[in-house]
Amino acid sequence: MSTPTWAQLTNLGVAVLFILSLKALSSPKSARLGTVLGAFGATAATVLLFFTGIELDNLAVIIIMIAIGSVIGWVSARRVKMTAMPQLVALFNGVGGGAAGLVAVVEFLHADGEGSFLFWLFTIVTVIIGSVAFSGSIVTYLKLQEVMTTRPVVLPAGKWVTILVALATVAVAVWAIVNPAFWLILLLLALSLIFGVLFVLPVGGADVPIVISLLNACTGLAVAASGYVLNNVLLLIAGTLVGASGTLLTTLMAKAMGRPLTATLFGAFSGTTAGSTATSNSDRPVRSGAPNDIAIMLGFANKVILVPGYGLAVAQAQSTLRELAELLASRGVDVDYAIHPVAGRMPGHMNVLLAEANVPYEQLKEMDEINPEFASTDVVLVVGANDVVNPAARTDTSAPIYGMPILDVDAAGQVVFLKRSMRPGFAGIENELLFDPKTTLLFGDAKESLTKVVSSLKSL
Amino acid sequence: MDGVALLTIFVLSIFVGFEVVSKVSTVLHTPLMSGANAIHGIVLIGGIIVTGAAETPLEVILGALAVLLGAINLVGGFAVTDRMLEMFKPKKPAAASDREGEA
Repeated sequence: MSTPTWAQLTNLGVAVLFILSLKALSSPKSARLGTVLGAFGATAATVLLFFTGIELDNLAVIIIMIAIGSVIGWVSARRVKMTAMPQLVALFNGVGGGAAGLVAVVEFLHADGEGSFLFWLFTIVTVIIGSVAFSGSIVTYLKLQEVMTTRPVVLPAGKWVTILVALATVAVAVWAIVNPAFWLILLLLALSLIFGVLFVLPVGGADVPIVISLLNACTGLAVAASGYVLNNVLLLIAGTLVGASGTLLTTLMAKAMGRPLTATLFGAFSGTTAGSTATSNSDRPVRSGAPNDIAIMLGFANKVILVPGYGLAVAQAQSTLRELAELLASRGVDVDYAIHPVAGRMPGHMNVLLAEANVPYEQLKEMDEINPEFASTDVVLVVGANDVVNPAARTDTSAPIYGMPILDVDAAGQVVFLKRSMRPGFAGIENELLFDPKTTLLFGDAKESLTKVVSSLKSL
Repeated sequence: MDGVALLTIFVLSIFVGFEVVSKVSTVLHTPLMSGANAIHGIVLIGGIIVTGAAETPLEVILGALAVLLGAINLVGGFAVTDRMLEMFKPKKPAAASDREGEA
């Protein structure tokens, strides 16, 4: 297949656009430009492909499939609630991995036993990584969508089964490279899909986003390998860029949670988690307050810090929280928002959700910046957050979140929790702070509770 | 293109990939992941190429499925990234409404 020079130059141009796109996405000022550059590059590459003179049969099928896929992608991206956005990203990542795997399978069939050692090697690598990214992403989707439990799922002897499946995958892969038979590829597909599921099942709670990022990097590598198989430079560059940047992003996220990547994937969460769910605590007394009491506490404080969590977003109460913040500010109270790096379901998710509600960017303080201020704060209002303020992360070595940096809300004078119930957070562990004498709880939907507090505050 | 040339491109791309995102702020982790996710949707091109060359019905079916999934990844990926970043945009109107709120 001889690609004309202008088409090769187009590929180079598109590759540069992808690099600039990622670069632009790394800075708040230019982030939107980043999507425009990337989308423009991808569209140009796709459209121009039809004019490069390569032989394309089945043109009708191709165009219909592009049309259907574009509509599905566009509509689901536009319709999704921002709270459910992480699982949609996981799903998009999964289908990308699936596409790469399928490309390799078709290329395998088409080669019909004729190929170099490297061709088979990269075809098989694409099949494996693509399938793992596909099935793994589906499991993360099911976890985040809460179709299945968000808690780590530990199968009996799961560790050994996983290792066994991994070894079998490698063995079959080697066999398939030496003897490229289709039934071996099918076996490899099945093993890789199973491995993807086993790999993600034991990861629980707050660690899921890190796994999404890792699987994203995997899909990138699968696409890069498929670029090698098809001798297509653009796929190779784009895939490698995503693979490398995705790997770095994964480690940055893991760092934000204060856990080495290995611990996230194979550590505490995959171990004995049963001991850390002290459900007996549920019977202990807690202090709950009326909206009016909380309005008084907040209204007469000098300094208030708001800690928004995923529960706030689920209740769609971001605007009400902003109203409360504005009301307090107008009474001369010093108000800040404390944003934990993994507040919400993904790093940066809460910033997106609050920006949606027009909360000024400058009021959002990151964890390292806000933590020293809690000691001089009168009241902390925690809305729909739990794990990110749970002191067990500092003290309880058996807790699955042990070692994760948290917001030091327990250093403040008083703590108010707006919670739906006593149900533990995403990580599934009790929060001792709820039973602390300086803590007041208001149960109910975050939006209703906040609305009541706001109206009480107005009548003070 | 020969294997060594592809390997060269591969290795250099790794370094570029690391370099471009090394200074990302925490706030943008999610949009960046989503943007990177959209970029690997370019696997659509791979789907088109293999389907275009497909001969047996099985190849056509699997290839068509690859095109479908690739298109979902590419279009959906960029659309959802843009929607996330849309949220960061209305900074000025937000600041204005704040002042009204405080007044």
